[in-house]
Amino acid sequence: MTSEALKTAITALLPEAAFEDGREWLNVRIEAKDWKAFAERLRYQPGLDFDYLFCLTCVDWPAHMDMVYHLTSTVHRHTVVVKAKLEREDPAIDTVCDIWRTAEFHEREVYDLFGVRFNDHPDLRRLLLTDDWKGWPLRKDYEDPVNMIKL
Amino acid sequence: MLEEIGKTEEGDLIINIGPQHPSTHGVLHLVITLNGETVKKVEPHLGYIHRSIEKMSESLSYRQFIYATSRMDYLSSHINNHGCALCVEQGLEVEIPERAQVIRVLMGELTRIASHVLWWGALAMDVGAITPFFHAFRERELLNDLMEETCGARLTMNYMVPGGVMFDLHPNFQRRVHEFISMFKSKIGEYDELVTNNAIFINRMKGVGYISREDAISYGCSGPVARASGVSCDIRKLYPYDIYGKVQLEEVLDDGGDCYARYIVRMKEMQQSLSVIEQLIDNIPSGDHMAKTKAVLKLPKGEYYSRVETARGEFGVYIVSEGKMTPYRIKYRSPGFSNLSAIDHMARGQKIGDLVAIMGSLDLVIPDIDR
Repeated sequence: MTSEALKTAITALLPEAAFEDGREWLNVRIEAKDWKAFAERLRYQPGLDFDYLFCLTCVDWPAHMDMVYHLTSTVHRHTVVVKAKLEREDPAIDTVCDIWRTAEFHEREVYDLFGVRFNDHPDLRRLLLTDDWKGWPLRKDYEDPVNMIKL
Repeated sequence: MLEEIGKTEEGDLIINIGPQHPSTHGVLHLVITLNGETVKKVEPHLGYIHRSIEKMSESLSYRQFIYATSRMDYLSSHINNHGCALCVEQGLEVEIPERAQVIRVLMGELTRIASHVLWWGALAMDVGAITPFFHAFRERELLNDLMEETCGARLTMNYMVPGGVMFDLHPNFQRRVHEFISMFKSKIGEYDELVTNNAIFINRMKGVGYISREDAISYGCSGPVARASGVSCDIRKLYPYDIYGKVQLEEVLDDGGDCYARYIVRMKEMQQSLSVIEQLIDNIPSGDHMAKTKAVLKLPKGEYYSRVETARGEFGVYIVSEGKMTPYRIKYRSPGFSNLSAIDHMARGQKIGDLVAIMGSLDLVIPDIDR
């Protein structure tokens, strides 16, 4: 599908979805509460078939956080970027690791480094850092006087 | 740990492989639940070499952060640099001279051969054959020498920079690549004789660590791991960058889905890489090796994503820029991270001895996973 056709299909799925200027791919902004149902439709609806989650990450902004999901379809070869805004205080969003298995590790990584809680995640623990680590290192206000070298 | 033990049944055994274990090729730590010799669960514990390159990159300029990426997948450092350079170039909107594009692709494919050769030797060693490891290092040494002449480094290349490549090719480059090609062609036949058609090796690899096409996609596998399950995912073919669109390159696919299929895919990929090198080595265009860029690079506000095919799969660079000298956020999508997440799925129900073969067939590079 072309970006225009995707836009139409996504608007039909979720009328509240807003579109942002993407350079290469269609960027969709949704509410965090809509994510789980929307993800299921993106994955399973014929014609969309977004079966490959190739990047899952988070961006920490001064006033909020953005979850960013890069999805592509190995059938139709179209790509979409889905973004959801989260509160900086106690950020939380539904897990999608039952839809895309790769999300299990990626969500653990985001939890580890940003402190985003993923509802219903089967095994939400720190992944890269030790279990007793304090704080969320990839947040912009993170300070670590011992391990961080300011350049 | 105690909680995990609580989940197991009576008679189960939990053992640790790594972080210091030769078959993990680095500091990977697997906690394995066993019932007798049968694997019930594999749980990777990561982070022993986590340096938070993403956080570091936030305080480095667009020229500097590329140096850190050589230290992720150190066997594909050229290709990591390539991905980062492409991502920065998207924002700079510079035209890359054709000479630089050809050099980048040549270096990328030589790197792929060097990486696959090392993997071949290491995999054979993992399943009990020592000799191939020495053969592999002999060939890889030639490639390292060849790179050293041009790049000045043998492992962390830092050769590809925004705008092109850092130095022009060494005068010996073409001659030495030709020498390598003619030598390596005879060696590939030797590899097959030694390992590929070896009955013991086939027994260790065939039917082990199966993953279906659907699962490979769902787990986000890429590179030879996914292609061995029949997933067409070669970034060089699907989303060609630099001059990959103009060279003859066949995507190697296999539908075996097991360790042997992954082995065969990588062996055939080496020949594809050789073919790309042969197409380009005598046709390197003359001209500049670097486009003119400003001394201080700034990307316009926005988001940039580039994807390249490393020896292990899809490497993605996601840059969020606020228009400053340093990126606001960088995410590296490393192929090994997703490939490793499928290890539990592949190993369940297999014997513990097969786990080593599965790990070997995934071609893990730990700094690439931990970043």
